[in-house]
Amino acid sequence: MATVPMDLGKVARCRALAGEIANDVQRYIDAHTTVGVERTILRAYGADGIDDQGAPLVNTAVERYREAGLIGRGIATPLGRALLAGASDIQEAAERLAFAPDLDRLEGGPSAADLRGVLAPHTAAALARIDRAREERDALRRRVPTGPTPLKYVIVATGNIYDDAVQAKAAAAAGADIVAVIRATAQSLLDYVPHGATTEGYGGTFATQENFKIIRRALDEATGRHGRYVLQTNYSSGLCMAEIAWMAAVERLDMLLNDAMYGILFRDINMCRTFVDQYVSRRFIARAGIVINTGEDNYLTTANAVDKAHTVLASQFINEAFALRAGLVEEQMGLGHAYEIDPWVEDSFLLEIAQAQLIRQIFDRHPIKWMPPTKHKTGDIFFAHVHDAMFDLVGVTTKQTIELLGMFSEAIQNPLLMDRYLALKATRYVHGACKHLGDEIEFKTDGIVARRAEQVLAEALALLDEVNSESIWEAIARGAFADVKRTRTGGRGFAGVVERSPDYLNPLLDALEAPSGPFAARAADGCYRSG
Amino acid sequence: MHPIPPKPPLRAYGDREGDGMVQMSFVLTVPPSGRAREAAKRFAEMHGLADPIVATMEACSEGASFFVVYGQSRHEVDFASIDVAEVRTDPLSHDEIENRVQARLGRKIVVVGACTGSDAHTVGIDAILNYKGYAGDKGLESYRAFEVYNLGAQVENETLAARARAVRADAILVSQVITQRNCHKENGRSLVELLERQGWRDDVVLLFGGPRVDHQTALDLGFDAGFGTGTKPGDVASYLVERLCGATPPAPADADPRPPR
Repeated sequence: MATVPMDLGKVARCRALAGEIANDVQRYIDAHTTVGVERTILRAYGADGIDDQGAPLVNTAVERYREAGLIGRGIATPLGRALLAGASDIQEAAERLAFAPDLDRLEGGPSAADLRGVLAPHTAAALARIDRAREERDALRRRVPTGPTPLKYVIVATGNIYDDAVQAKAAAAAGADIVAVIRATAQSLLDYVPHGATTEGYGGTFATQENFKIIRRALDEATGRHGRYVLQTNYSSGLCMAEIAWMAAVERLDMLLNDAMYGILFRDINMCRTFVDQYVSRRFIARAGIVINTGEDNYLTTANAVDKAHTVLASQFINEAFALRAGLVEEQMGLGHAYEIDPWVEDSFLLEIAQAQLIRQIFDRHPIKWMPPTKHKTGDIFFAHVHDAMFDLVGVTTKQTIELLGMFSEAIQNPLLMDRYLALKATRYVHGACKHLGDEIEFKTDGIVARRAEQVLAEALALLDEVNSESIWEAIARGAFADVKRTRTGGRGFAGVVERSPDYLNPLLDALEAPSGPFAARAADGCYRSG
Repeated sequence: MHPIPPKPPLRAYGDREGDGMVQMSFVLTVPPSGRAREAAKRFAEMHGLADPIVATMEACSEGASFFVVYGQSRHEVDFASIDVAEVRTDPLSHDEIENRVQARLGRKIVVVGACTGSDAHTVGIDAILNYKGYAGDKGLESYRAFEVYNLGAQVENETLAARARAVRADAILVSQVITQRNCHKENGRSLVELLERQGWRDDVVLLFGGPRVDHQTALDLGFDAGFGTGTKPGDVASYLVERLCGATPPAPADADPRPPR
């Protein structure tokens, strides 16, 4: 079988360094909360709805306590107090937080134990709701298996959720295993989650809880029809990454784009905000058994894919370390990388193979996500189709788990139905024709592929060493990843980061952090059949 | 001197001059069948293709067929009659841009951009200015040569002008996606008038962009250039570099002063 040399000592040192880097940030995370986190908690307890201006109830409630300087005690504090003061249920309590004429200044009154007591049944109900969705998924997947790996992942993006549902079913019929509904442009910068089914969006369709339901229904229908479990994915990223993670958990999404650093680098979202939000989003994701897809592939769209290949690997170690600290198991970590080297560089194909094989070997339990060329795509759709076929060849040879199919119209438009059909057809051909190629070949021990793999690992180790000695905050500020520089207090959403007060209350997060949940010890069942 | 022979009208070239060969591919929402094939053929004929050959018909979804058709287009174009206002700039590479600004200007080019009026669609301005860029081409933020202020959506012209002045902008980028009742033209024109009233219109390069914008429209509104669909950040960057530190330096701002109105 084709393998590249891998110095296990270096891999272990990379993991240890990434762990130290994450520990440093985790100390910050554990001392802070954000408006996004508190809104997520309120949603998870069951608060829902919008006012006549379209503002979500959870935003109104959390913003009011933030403005009063009280959100550092956790939204659970006023919520529990409202319940003790006679609110009949969570919804009524949340409405009191948002709209009661007099704001509860949280002075005197019930003890922390009283608050925990009154919230306990609601905390249990919130967890049960997530667990039910997970059990439903597990049961369905035991009955209907997923397709063979690499799983074929396609996107739909019409702007209208009902058209998306039609396209999603068409994609499943043409052989797609995973369907993503691309989000409307710049939703990641909205500090609230839109409400209800949406039919207008620019560049994509809004991620809303109702839209999640509509696509889930369409894909369940496709699953039944084709006898192949079709997975649903969306984006837990941006200023609402934790809220969307919770919505995905209860609406039974299977995967989520979720990255510890993507928002910082590519959306200019404040790094403090992102680190805290990614942690809480991943706590929900861990519980829900959702597989995350990380965004390292994006690094190579801004930085040179030959010179900066090691930054992808280094970031994967860091994303893994953060994910472990949020309770994810390796089988839930779809670490991302991409086929983004300039196709006209000599031996570019060999360099791509080396990186893909190295990552496959280092992260051997992880459902690795393999992303297609985008940066060097032009309007020449005929060349692009060939380019994508070469990408497919690397994917199947190096046994990637999740493969986002390249679209020959990448540089032109969101994919048309026929674009997706032709991509699926070509991929089916390459994956079938080369199914066991990786088992049949070996790489020369001192060849181009082997030497490249050694080089990338060595450079990743050196970078992690550097990042650890200066701290990730400084490393990002000097542009260590994707050549993008961001400062600690710059970017969007910093005003929504608040230090936890000593009496911060968050029983739901405490429960998610507790080591002995019903699912804690269980790996996300090895449901991806390989080969 | 020989008279210039009249050029034949322009036709698509396949294998021989003037054969008009084109290929088209499309989906019709019917399953493959003899009737579907005939429908594809007629569809191609309606597009001006003589003797279309349906090269492929296959089911691409439930109830839909994918077709590839070849045919000889009857259409021809009178090339000589075409006159298009184009932004004339040779695209420069990322490095060329960095080097040229460094060498010739010795400072950063200050750029302020916004979606003005009620327009809330920042996709265009973000594609040009933000680091991530568009279609694999990184935005102006990614250059050391540019200092970028992206003011975002729904910015009033007065705010944009004040901000641009405060940061001593070299260029102002206005993006307009919404074009209902020509509101994009109104917004654009009133910015030009505002700067003229304030007396510094000629101290700044004014660019207009959006999916329904072309260079001519922008010139008509009083801008220096217009950028439409498919414009990449590098196109805008190249234009600005050419304009602000090209081989022939632009005339000093006070060479042809317009009286403030």
